[in-house]
Formats: sequence, structure tokens, C-alpha cells
Amino acid sequence: MMFELVWLIPFIPLCSSVLLMLTAGNLPRLLIGSLGVGSVGIAALLTLITGIYFMAEPVPFELTLWSWMQVGNFAPSVAFYFDGLTLVMMSVITGVGFLIHLFSTEFMDQDHSYARYFAYLNMFVAAMLILVMADNLLLLYLGWEGVGVCSYLLVGFWYKNSANGQAARKAFIVTRIGDTAMALGLFLLFTELGTLDIQAMTTVAKETWQVGDNMPLIACLLLLGGAVGKSAQLPLHTWLPDAMAGPTPVSALIHAATMVTAGVYLIARTNGLFLLAPTAMMAVAIIGIATSLMAAFTALMQSDIKRILAYSTISQIGYMFLALGVGAWTAGIFHLMTHAFFKALLFLGSGAIIHCLHHEHNIFKMGGLRSRMPVTFWSFMIGSAALAALPMTSGFFSKDQILLQAYLLPGMGPYFWIAGLVGALLTAMYSFRLVFIVFFGKLNIEPDRDTGWRMAIPLTVLCGLSLIGGYFVIPVQAVFPPLSDEHPALWVEYISILVPVIGLLLAYLIFHSRQLRVDGIVDSKIGQLLHRFWFSGWGIDWLYDQLFVRPYYGLSTMLKSEPVDAMYSLIVAINQTFNQLLSEAQSGRMRWYIVSMVFGLLVLISLALQISPEVL
Amino acid sequence: MVMVNLILILLVGGVLALLSERINENMPRKIALGIVVIDLLYFLNHLLAMPEFNQLQTPLVADPSTWIMHFKADWIPAFGISIELALDGISLLMVLLTLVLGAVAVSASWTDVIVRRGFFEANLLWTLAGVLGVFMALDLFLFFLFWEVMLIPMYFMIAIWGHENRGYAAMKFFIFTQASGLLMLVSILALVAVNHSATGQWTFSYFALLNTPMAEATSHWLMLGFFFAFVVKLPVFPFHTWLPDAHTQAPTAGSVILAGILLKTGAYGLIRYAVPLFPDAAMEFSYVAMALGAAGVVYGAVVAFAQTDFKRLIAYSSVSHMGFVLLGVYAWNELALQGAVMQMVAHGFSTAALFMIAGSLQERLHTRDMREMGGLWHFMPRMGAVAMFFVVASLGLPGLGNFVAEFLVLLGLFKVDPWMAVIAALGLITGAAYSLLLMQRSFQGDLNPKLADHGLVDFGGREMLTMAVMMVALVGLGIYPQPVLDFAEPVLQSLLETTP
Repeated sequence: MMFELVWLIPFIPLCSSVLLMLTAGNLPRLLIGSLGVGSVGIAALLTLITGIYFMAEPVPFELTLWSWMQVGNFAPSVAFYFDGLTLVMMSVITGVGFLIHLFSTEFMDQDHSYARYFAYLNMFVAAMLILVMADNLLLLYLGWEGVGVCSYLLVGFWYKNSANGQAARKAFIVTRIGDTAMALGLFLLFTELGTLDIQAMTTVAKETWQVGDNMPLIACLLLLGGAVGKSAQLPLHTWLPDAMAGPTPVSALIHAATMVTAGVYLIARTNGLFLLAPTAMMAVAIIGIATSLMAAFTALMQSDIKRILAYSTISQIGYMFLALGVGAWTAGIFHLMTHAFFKALLFLGSGAIIHCLHHEHNIFKMGGLRSRMPVTFWSFMIGSAALAALPMTSGFFSKDQILLQAYLLPGMGPYFWIAGLVGALLTAMYSFRLVFIVFFGKLNIEPDRDTGWRMAIPLTVLCGLSLIGGYFVIPVQAVFPPLSDEHPALWVEYISILVPVIGLLLAYLIFHSRQLRVDGIVDSKIGQLLHRFWFSGWGIDWLYDQLFVRPYYGLSTMLKSEPVDAMYSLIVAINQTFNQLLSEAQSGRMRWYIVSMVFGLLVLISLALQISPEVL
Repeated sequence: MVMVNLILILLVGGVLALLSERINENMPRKIALGIVVIDLLYFLNHLLAMPEFNQLQTPLVADPSTWIMHFKADWIPAFGISIELALDGISLLMVLLTLVLGAVAVSASWTDVIVRRGFFEANLLWTLAGVLGVFMALDLFLFFLFWEVMLIPMYFMIAIWGHENRGYAAMKFFIFTQASGLLMLVSILALVAVNHSATGQWTFSYFALLNTPMAEATSHWLMLGFFFAFVVKLPVFPFHTWLPDAHTQAPTAGSVILAGILLKTGAYGLIRYAVPLFPDAAMEFSYVAMALGAAGVVYGAVVAFAQTDFKRLIAYSSVSHMGFVLLGVYAWNELALQGAVMQMVAHGFSTAALFMIAGSLQERLHTRDMREMGGLWHFMPRMGAVAMFFVVASLGLPGLGNFVAEFLVLLGLFKVDPWMAVIAALGLITGAAYSLLLMQRSFQGDLNPKLADHGLVDFGGREMLTMAVMMVALVGLGIYPQPVLDFAEPVLQSLLETTP
């Protein structure tokens, strides 16, 4: 019974969004907030009930609402598919989403466009739910683009500052590049397999293609293009740090907990295809680990609190990609979930700081906030511990699984493991660098308020989830192929546990007790160079600017005056010249007419003689 | 007779609007709106009363009795010229689109025309009459006549009520259309002559001229005559240069009709005439046509990106979007053709709305230059939100009609030529670039303090109602496009059978 009503889950936030748009801010503020938070709350409640029913009898089910369009054998429906993976994603979206909406009511309290904010945010939740509930790739694409537009709208929410607009457009266009690759993937899959229904498609693919064929490889790489765009992985990650221009709760919801993990979801959802293309799997793993390291180095250099977290998100999603690439599907999704908890916590925490510190973003201007903002402090402690994967936190369980299973991959496995450990070391360092600089030391700016209950409750709940989330069991066994029972040697496990702790210690020694002096290294020539290089995100933005953005502007400016039209203008010019010549001939002078007539006659006669001399 | 009446109502209505100015200068616009709405209701009323309407059969292209409506009366029997009108699923969609956008156009120019209002509304109605004729005429002579009829009043609209550079723009529009129309006329006459020498009969009837036997070279040349007339109208790169000038300089209603409806006559002509009359020649030519289409998609988008004139940017976006139509037609399979038809409808709404917004901005700010705009959302949030809707529609957001169109075109094209689809898909990225820039430069960004002095008034009831009609249409097309697909489907099926 409940299952027939799952459509309500995205529908309720959608209705709330439309209502908020139509009333255009003319409702009382309390009602706007209640609609915004309440609709997501009801969605979360319905998800919970559906989840309980599903856990009692875990059989996937489909729900077709209507036939979207039918052209020949192309007949995608507006239909939902519900299994363990869907449930995990929906729980994260509605659960964390609800907390962030609640947080927003306080964060955005003073904003003029209160209704517009919640309209967009509700719309986002609806689109994200459609993305994860879609039973076919076309509907998934609808959600995919929908969250993209909501992200654009929310990054550019404070539209009066054109820098925000710039960031919003960058986010949309860079992800659109990936989306276009994904669309081509959809064309290819439909042309080759005759359906976009994910379950049916996977079955047909296994019958049509052999493992290692070219077709599944191309298709998977195209889908991967979409995934790296949305999930901010190399080479399309550049939009995410800029997207921090949006309100901080938006960063928590969209750019940490949900939308940016859509790429991970997409690959996990189409695992049947990726298993047919081992090369594509390897590409996923390599992109993941490379992104993870690149972003971790960059995060260590940043001074803007949100940019640190943004690069950290890129880095953590890199771990999820690594997991998917080595076939540790469950671990990847598990990390997606725990990451949603602790990264949302960290972003909301930073939101609280920014809110109470007059929109200050620079961590070096903060300091000593431990005693002034205790809830936020403990949020950051717990969030950072989970992010660094310190033992017993949720991040530990998920990241540990990824590293160990990466180690077991024949061939590249140990290398992935070592690279992953380097990343883990850096993660612990940059997270606690942030904590030590912001919360310890001397107080630089006095916060003008502490967090109210609407901020404190979400933070507290997320603290709890970040701590115990590792003990959750996600019901995805049936979705993914089973793993072998192999375990790596015990020393591998010990090292994996130990590395984050070393990272924490290093951060303490360098950034807090200052017993370990690194000034010499940082101030050296190479140190300076590396610092600049990593600070700028490895110069990738600069490179893209030179390679793509400027040439495109140049080309566009060159064509603005329409070279094609010059061709037509030439015809006009020729016409006008002849017109001028001929009109000058009509001078009105009799002498001129007689002379030209005689001349013409002579020419005619001589021509006639030339052709047929016998006329004379 | 219904079809004849549809056209007559508009023609007579035009005269009424012209005369009514003498009574009251606000009369013409009311009469124009009334006439268009009456025409629309008359058409709908008749359609819904038809028993066949609920069960559309697959029409035979060459047998008018299988079409939804058919009317034939002798006109100049000596040359086999008759008043022959017919309606199938595609023309039906086009007629509906024309009448709805016709009403939108009247609403769009409700306040911005201040001189010679009667003549303005008359021209508007006469253009619509010409367009309806183009969509329904199935006698080639009559078709050509209507092709000219819709051109001349539009010329007047641009030349009299246009903006600062109207003379140049109107002349350019006229010459481009006229020159290419001339090629079509030559082709029509030659086709009739070829048919006469084969059958001994003089006839201009579409149904008789289908399957005219002719030499391969002849068919190539005749096909090109039609092709040119239609692609200039569509317009297709590199024959598009009249469009930015005409659209930019035309009064708002003129732009709405030009972009929303007139361009579609080009697409309609390709589907109805250029391919079925010369199936072999058209299929051999399809690669060139698709290449032009893909080039247009990318070129239009790149040039749009550099524009600083609000209307000109939208005009170039039309060049880009019509490239998809050309691709859809010449990919010539069911998916792509459905996409092309859907694009004709969806683009009609989205661009008409954007031009209306452009007109409203011009009326309030007395400029179209985006460098003098910025932060308008603050003053006019309703208009900003509406603009945002149509901008994301035009960049192909799923859930709205334009997405269905572009997706189907590309999907169909991918089956025929994957690489062509890859190039055309670049239009999705470049399209996003110029669309969002339009939004940024006008409604978002730094507040321009000078703007506050204009006493900017947000959209009122009339404007919001007009916009709501188009929004509902686009959402409907986006989430449940089946009715439109169902109208077109039988026609496209039978058209597909005409080619090898």
C-alpha cells in the first residue's frame, strides 16, 4: 500500500516549491518557513515509513505513473524504481535535507528573499529525489538537470553581486559539459540496446555484450563524463570551489551531502554496465584517487573556510570513485552516506561561524572560538574526526573498507592503497589544521551571537549521526554483485588505522603547539612555488581559461559582426556601384548621348562583321 | 469550408480593425484580439465536433480523402489551378500554434504601438491569414500566393512600426524572402511543366504532383529551388543574416510572429514539399542539409554569446534552435521528425515569450542594450522569474517542451550519423552559455542605479496571463508531449513511406 504512494515523497516538496513561487513572497514568514521545512519533513517521514515496510520485506518494486512519451519503440515512462540503494539515497536526501532546511530558517532569517530561497531549496529536494528514484535513464536525466538548475539558482542566489552570478554560471556550464557527454551516452545505449529502462537495459547489455567489448566501454565512459561533471572530479571539478558563493546551507545540502554524490549514484546504479567494461572501471578508480590526492593537497593550502571544505568534498568523493572503480560498491555507497552526515555537519558548522562572525570566511582572522561557540566547536571536533577517519567515527568505518578493498584489487591494488593512505594523512592534517586555527589560540573576532535552537538541533543530530553512522547497515547487498570474503593481512589494517592518527598528530605539532617548525620549508623557493601551485588548485583554472574560455570569447567576439553577412553586403555594394555608373551615364547632355550612341553603333556593326562578314 | 472561413475571418477582421480606429483608437487591438480568439474557438469547436477527430487514421500522403479535412474549388481551370486546402495532423498543430501565438502577439503589442493602430492590427491579422494559408494550401499556386501574402504585411510592420534601423531591416527581410521565393516559383512552374509533359494535364495540385516522374538531374535542381526558399525562411546558416536585423528591428508583435510562427513555415515547407515531392533527390542531399543544420546550431550559439542587444541575442538563439529542426527533418526517421515538429511548437512558445519580455524591457527602459541593464530582478521580480523560466526552457531543461524536442532530434540523428549528433550536442553547452549570460546581464548582477529613475513597473495581469498560457504550454509539452506526438505520428509515418 505504502509503495503506491512513494510518488508523494518528491511531489510534496515540489508542490511546496511551486506554491512558494506562485505566492512570490506574499505569505507570512512563519508560513514560508513552515512550508519549506514541513514539506521536506513530511517527505522524510514518508521515506522512513516506506523504509520500514521495505526492510520487513526487501523486494524491489516499480511504480509507473504515466507514459512520458512514445515514439516508435522509444517509450520512457515517468516511473520509479525502489530498492535498497534508492532507500539509502532517499533517506540521506530527505533526512539530511530536513535538518538543513531547519538550519536555514535561522541562517536566512534576515534575508529579503526568504520565500525564493525555500522555493529553490524545495525544488532541489524534489529534483534530487526524482534523480534517485527514476527507473529509467531519461527520467534520471530530468532529475540530473533539475538539480543542476537548482544548484545554479542557489549558487547565484544573492544575484546582485555579479561574482556570484559568475560562479553560478560556471557551475552550470562546466557540469553541462559532463551532462552532454552523458546525453550522448544515453543516445548510444538506446541505439544499441533499445531501451533506457535501467533494469531491462542491464539485462539486455549482458546478453548483447561481452566483458571488455568496445561498446560498453564507450557507453560507460560517456556516463562517466556525466558523473565527473556532477561529482566534481578531474577534469571537471573546477566549478565546486567557486560554487561556495551560495548560502552556506546550500553548500551543505547540494555541494556536500547530495547533488555532488549523484555521479557516484549513477555509476553504482549502472554497475551492471560498468562490470562489462573493466577499462572504464579502472578509469573510475584512477580518476578517483588522482582527484582525491589533488584536492587534499589543495585543501591544505586554503584559507577560506568554505573552500577548504569544498576541496575536502572533492577529495572525499574521489574516495567514493576509487571504491566504485575497484568494485567495492557497498563501501562506496556507505562512504557516500557517512560523508553526507559529517560533511553536512562541517558545512553547517562553518555556516554557524560565518553567521555569527559577520560573514567572515578567512580562517586566519578567526581563532579561539572554542569557548564562545561550544556547540559549533564540538560539531567541528566530531565532524573533523569523522572526516579524518579517526577510529570509531563513522568516517572510519567507511573509509577503512574502501582502503582495504582497494588493497585487495589484483595488480594496481597496493598502489591505490598507498595513494589512499597519503590522502588519508593529508585529510587528517587539513581537517585539524582548520580546527586548531579556528577554535584554539587567541580570540580574534568576537562573535556577535551564538547559535539559536534552529541551528543547534541540526548540528547536534548530525553530530550523533557522524559518530554512530558507521554502525548502520545499508540494505544494498541485493543491488550489487557479492564480494569475496578475502581479508588483507593484519598489518595492512593496522597501518590503515594508524595513518589518520599520525595526520592528527602532525596537525597538532605544526598548527597548534608549533613544535614542528615548517617555516623553513614553506619559505624556501620550492616551498613558495608549491604553495602557490597548490593554493591555486594546481593551476587548472588558469589552464582552462587559456585553453577554452578565452578562445571561446575570442571566437565569439570575432563572429559578432557576422562575417557571413559581409558576403551579402558585397552583393549590395556591387549593385550600388553599377547603379552609380549607370545613373551617371544619364547626365542629360545631348552631346554625350549622341557620342555614346554612335560609339555603340560602331561596336555593334564591328561585332556583326566579325561574326558574319557576308552581311555587307 | 471551415478552412476557408478561418482565413476569411482574419482577412475581414483586419479590415474591421483598420476601420475601427475611426471610432476609438483603442478599438483595433480589442477587435484584433477578439478576431483571433473567435478564429481559434471556431476552429476548436469544429475539430471537436468531428467524429473522425478522436481516431486519427494514418493518412495516405497522396490521397486527400484520408486527411482530416479537405476542400477543393476550381479557380483557374485552364491551368489546373484550384483553391485546394487540406489539413492533416501537422498542419493542424501549426494552425493551432499560429492562432495561439497570434493572440499572444496582439497582447504583446497592447501598449507599445501608438501610431496608426488600426493599420498595425490589420497587418498583424493579414499576416496570420497568410500563414494559415501557407499551412493549409495544397495547391502549389495558392501556396505560393499565401507565401507572398504573409510577407507583405510583415514588411509593413517592420518598416512602419520598427525600431531605429527599420528601413534597412525591412528591406533586407523582403529581399531575402523574395529572392528565395522566386527560386521556388521557378521550381513550381518547372515541376508543373514536367508533370504536364508526362501526363498531358495541367495541374498545381500537391496530390497530383507527388510522384511526378522526372530525370534525376531535373529533380535535383527543382528540389534545390524549394530547399532555398524554405531554408532562407527557417533560417539556416549561412542564409540567416536577414533574421537578426528583422527580429531586432520589428515591433514586439512582429518579432513574436516572426520567430514564433513565420520561421515554422520554412520547416513546414521542408517536411511537406521539399522532401516528399523529390524523395530521392532530397535523401541524397540530406548529408549537406544536416551539415548546414549542425553548423547553424553551433554558429548561432557562438554568435549569440557575443551580443549586447537583448533582442539580437534571442534572434541568434533562434538560428541555433532552428538548426535542430533542419537536422531533425533530414535525419528523416520517426524520432528525429517528431523532435523537429516538437521543436517547432516548443520554440514557438519559448521564443515568443522571450521576445515579449524584450519588448517589455524596451518599452520601460527605451533601450535593448544589456550593458545598460543589470539587477532588474530587484525592480521587477515577476518579470525576472518569468524570464528565468523561459531562459531555462530555451536551454533545454528536461520537463519542458524544448528538451523533448532536442532530445528526440539528437536521438534520431544519432542513429543516422553519431558524429553529426556529437557536433549538434555541442549546442547544449553553448546554448547554456548564452542563455545564462542573457539572464546575468539583464536581470542579475550589479544594480544599475540609473534604472531606478525609470519608474520600472513589473508585469501586470495582462502580461502575466499571457506568460502563464505559454508556461503551461511548455510544461505540458515537457511532461506529457503525447498529444502532440500523436497528431504528428500518422502523418510522419506516411511521409516516411514516400522515401526510399
